[in-house]
Amino acid sequence: MTGRVRSGVGIAALAALPLAFLGVFFVLPLVGMVARGFVTDGHLDVGAVLEVLARPRVHRVLWFTLWSATAATVCTVLLGLPVAHVLYRVRFPGRGLLRAFVLMPFVMPTVVVGVAFRTLLASSGPLGGLGLDGSPVAIVAAMVFFNLAVVVRTVGSAWAGLDRRREEAAAALGATPLQVLRTVTLPALLPGVVSAASVVFLFCATAFGVVLTLGGLRYATVETEIYLLTTQLLDLQGAAALSILQLVVVTLLLYGAQRTRSGREHALARTAEREASRGPGRGDLAPVAVTVVALAFVAAPLVTLVLRSLRVGDGWGLGHYEDLATTGAGGALLVPASTALANSWRVAVDATLLALLLGVLVSAVVSRRPRPPAQRHAVAVLDSVFMLPLGVSAVTIGFGFLVTLDRPPLDLRASPVLVPIAQAMVALPLVVRTLAPVLRSVDPRQHQAAASLGASPLRSALTVDLPILWRPLLAATGFAFAVSLGEFGATSFLARPDRPTLPVVIYQLISRPGEANLGMAFAASVVLGLLTVGVMALVERLRLGSVGTF
Amino acid sequence: MHAMRALTTIAVTLALGTTACSVGGPTGDTSGSGGKTVVVATHDSWAMSKKVLKEFTAKTGYTVKIEPNGDAGQLTNKLVLTKGSPIADMTYGVDNTFASRAVDEGVLADYTPKGLPASASAYALKDPTDAKQLTPVDYGDVCVNIDDTWFQQHRLTPPRTLDDLTKPVYKNLFVTPGASSSSPGLAFLLTTIAKYGNGWQAYWSRLMGNGAKVTSGWSDAYEVDFTGGGGHGDRPIVLSYSSSPPFTIPKGASKPTTSALLDTCFRQVEYAGVLKGAKNPAGAKAFIDFMTQKSFQQALPDNMYVYPVDHRVALPADWARYAKTAPRPFTVPPAEIAKNRSTWLSQWSDITTR
Repeated sequence: MTGRVRSGVGIAALAALPLAFLGVFFVLPLVGMVARGFVTDGHLDVGAVLEVLARPRVHRVLWFTLWSATAATVCTVLLGLPVAHVLYRVRFPGRGLLRAFVLMPFVMPTVVVGVAFRTLLASSGPLGGLGLDGSPVAIVAAMVFFNLAVVVRTVGSAWAGLDRRREEAAAALGATPLQVLRTVTLPALLPGVVSAASVVFLFCATAFGVVLTLGGLRYATVETEIYLLTTQLLDLQGAAALSILQLVVVTLLLYGAQRTRSGREHALARTAEREASRGPGRGDLAPVAVTVVALAFVAAPLVTLVLRSLRVGDGWGLGHYEDLATTGAGGALLVPASTALANSWRVAVDATLLALLLGVLVSAVVSRRPRPPAQRHAVAVLDSVFMLPLGVSAVTIGFGFLVTLDRPPLDLRASPVLVPIAQAMVALPLVVRTLAPVLRSVDPRQHQAAASLGASPLRSALTVDLPILWRPLLAATGFAFAVSLGEFGATSFLARPDRPTLPVVIYQLISRPGEANLGMAFAASVVLGLLTVGVMALVERLRLGSVGTF
Repeated sequence: MHAMRALTTIAVTLALGTTACSVGGPTGDTSGSGGKTVVVATHDSWAMSKKVLKEFTAKTGYTVKIEPNGDAGQLTNKLVLTKGSPIADMTYGVDNTFASRAVDEGVLADYTPKGLPASASAYALKDPTDAKQLTPVDYGDVCVNIDDTWFQQHRLTPPRTLDDLTKPVYKNLFVTPGASSSSPGLAFLLTTIAKYGNGWQAYWSRLMGNGAKVTSGWSDAYEVDFTGGGGHGDRPIVLSYSSSPPFTIPKGASKPTTSALLDTCFRQVEYAGVLKGAKNPAGAKAFIDFMTQKSFQQALPDNMYVYPVDHRVALPADWARYAKTAPRPFTVPPAEIAKNRSTWLSQWSDITTR
């Protein structure tokens, strides 16, 4: 009995801080905004909201949302697995740089990628002959482009530490490579794959800029519809109905993902990456081929961006990069782009630290396996709850901040702390999804052994979990940093005008007339991407260095 | 090797340490409104030279703090949602397509600046209650633009009117941002409603039938699909502004390569107003006064690409020659827009997305 109480108290204590954050910065604004839709002229009007859900247009929109997000998730996983294998299981020179490169799309502002994709696909572009401009294929392709990194890194960091001996044993017993993959490797990776897939699905289902830009307004998703209803039509009932719909769908999805993962996460034998990865062999031919295709796919829009950033007038040059120290043609910006870059960096550091702090706490909670069914259930629910912010409209939350955080003690509307907090809320699920599967795969007997030798829970965490967690922790750091650097949806709502982040500045530049401002937007995007690659490459270096210390 | 790693680690730690804390930077100003600061809720297109703002501070002792809030629609809706707990002291950038909503929802206080230029009255809202709350500051014309160079090269007579755009010779040549996601796009929809009345839906069917392309935003249309924009697209007719042509004057040349069709324009007027419940109403009034005075009015074209409501103010030389405004622009009464916006937009979506 006391043991049960103690484990319950432990869970509650660890979860308290993250839950408080979630309550104030997600639940409160969401409820505040949705409540506006339910109340007409001072009284509750549930019927009007439900009526919205009966509109045929809403059904069409929901169907397209589910369809496009599912298609994009499947494609991302299929493309991402071979890439994860090559970048995390095969040793070759330049691997760290490629790992960093794959993350580049993740931080690219959607408006710029939209223009880059359309430059390629428009009938005047090099791929115009495919006739994909404004088609659902273009939307799905862009979603895959943005999210490939999620699969590669989440699955890759789990794969990297997977002990090869079980696969080798299966092969020695006569299994074909495909059988080994199907019966040994994939089952071991499944929790990581489901984790990554659910994050990708949430990102795709709430994608907004991509759908509008590449679909040419012909396709509407729940998210674009909420945007339209909230920002243009002020139809709060409609927006509330769709927000609820979004919440229900996301909750169902997370529940399903949770069910798939749980029970399949076993303790896994792990080794240092050095032993797990080896030089390329003949069996790697197919995944290498897929990886080359995937990298080319990622590179094409990026190359377009670089080319357009170097195009000055009718010639080529670095003029647009030099302009980054200015406020743009006709004073388009309040501060020079270089200052925005410095802001982005500072905000990203804060957001990363916060996301890691909360992420470690949440992962510690959700990777526990308490005996009492009620507690086990609570842990499972908590696991999904922290994913919710990814699946709910940034517009709803953004407006929600305005209408709920406006009086003491939470008078935060004008406060600069909101930006890193909002970014940390977006990064948190990625941190948890990177850490939790690894923590869960720790054999509980190791903890029991440590405890029986007299180690305190903290000591046992430091000696058992930390050596295994170290690599995913660095991966999560890089992820959180990248999320923060690239975050636009929430940031554009919350950033102080005198200290915008780089994506906000890029958006301002691209909406201004004049070739110089457009060129600057492209140059700034390239800088943002290179900065990310630089940081990630550094993280990779540290990661390699750290393995030797254990 | 180990020393290298240690050094890298230390360097990274230091870099993170010294650059951390976005929150407590030296420019940290969380004082908000009240006292000597005027907080202005505006749209993302705000730009004004520091010199002009300093002049305001020198004149009145108030400092201006700018809060961009998305486009005109988002700005208006944020003001409505935060009624009673306003996000600023005043607003600038609510335009004639959203003015009725702001006034009807009661987010504004009455104020008319002293010494409003005489020419400004032409831009004031027609409804006397509306006019008491919103002061016109500037205007712009949303017009169809054409790439003159392209038409010369293809020996084709360029279009002049809205009707021309539906003629087979101009098939697949027109691109416009959409009405549901872009304010110039909405302005163009209103142009067609003003021109064709109940026949606007038939016009749009003809337009779409003639291969018009709809994009989500202005930058997408102008910088990807338009032949005269940065992306060297393949459509020489684009919806933009009457002030766009001067930006296409090539280096070393004196004449722009594009021009605006002045018979296809919708007039957008932007207003300023004091917010009800403002912490610093005196400062807000002072800034609205200043916005209608010469130095601010004169700086409008270069900073925000719009025309001053004070006609005594001289336009930049390029503008005077190549960015003429429409002699008879189209308009739709703000109350009409407020009443029909969602109907029109859903009808428009039905036609353009079938």
